[in-house]
Amino acid sequence: MKAAVLVFPGSNCDRDLAVALRAAGFSVEMVWHKETALPAGVDFVGVPGGFSFGDYLRCGAIAARSPIIGALKSHVEAGGYALGICNGFQVLLETGLLPGALMRNAGLKFICKPVELEVATAASDFTESHAAGDIVTYPVAHHDGNYQADEDTLAALVDQDRVAFRYREELNGSVDRIAGILSENRRVLGLMPHPERAADEALGMTDGALMFRALSRAVVDA
Amino acid sequence: MKARVHIMLKTGVLDPQGEAVRHALGSLGFDGVDGVRQGKVIELDLTESDPEAAKAEVTKMCEALLANTVIERYDVELV
Repeated sequence: MKAAVLVFPGSNCDRDLAVALRAAGFSVEMVWHKETALPAGVDFVGVPGGFSFGDYLRCGAIAARSPIIGALKSHVEAGGYALGICNGFQVLLETGLLPGALMRNAGLKFICKPVELEVATAASDFTESHAAGDIVTYPVAHHDGNYQADEDTLAALVDQDRVAFRYREELNGSVDRIAGILSENRRVLGLMPHPERAADEALGMTDGALMFRALSRAVVDA
Repeated sequence: MKARVHIMLKTGVLDPQGEAVRHALGSLGFDGVDGVRQGKVIELDLTESDPEAAKAEVTKMCEALLANTVIERYDVELV
């Protein structure tokens, strides 16, 4: 069970993500963005939170054009698992692996606090520990988490049951309170809240650990 | 040759920063502002001297990196 965590200049949740993955049973390799290939046998790729390239141009825009992204795309196209958290979600949107865009929070403020999320679908290997409608608490820490997409994209996300999480209460202006979305094959998840910061008793929140454990079961079964 | 790229949010995409600027203008007593949209200007120094080729190249740059065409539109101006 092997995971890779991508590291960009300015990533700052990469090690937290590695800790959460190891606790769920993964062996983890950190992969610098200038690499052009993932380590052999990688089942899962994590794109961590942070401020890759200082959020220059647009959040995630420059990271999404890094050399390693070609390998990430091949991994995803081959049906591999990937998770983008916060800045990692912004990167996945900029690569086009997930649809839509993240804009400045409607209130313009950086929001940093634990928030309640509604699990919008249990039909994914990330969320199968829950039932749809369950409430989990993960922290958010973002300035640009206001998810927007055109009407057709939104309709497709809803029709295909690809909204993974919604904020329980309006938080940042995201359309339909969307906090996280799945790819068409349901093996790529992008979300703004941080499950890796809610994955250990010492952090005061453990709901996130369920996601990493569910992933590890899925990878073993795959 | 220099190129100037203007990047703006597409019509219909909410611009929270522009809205905040509009409110701030209102609070300064500028009542006649119905809307504010905020964008970016990027200036490029190019080695290319043929205007048509330069414009084509900068358009490619916009599509590849400079603009997020999901939410933004761009105009390329040669100066």
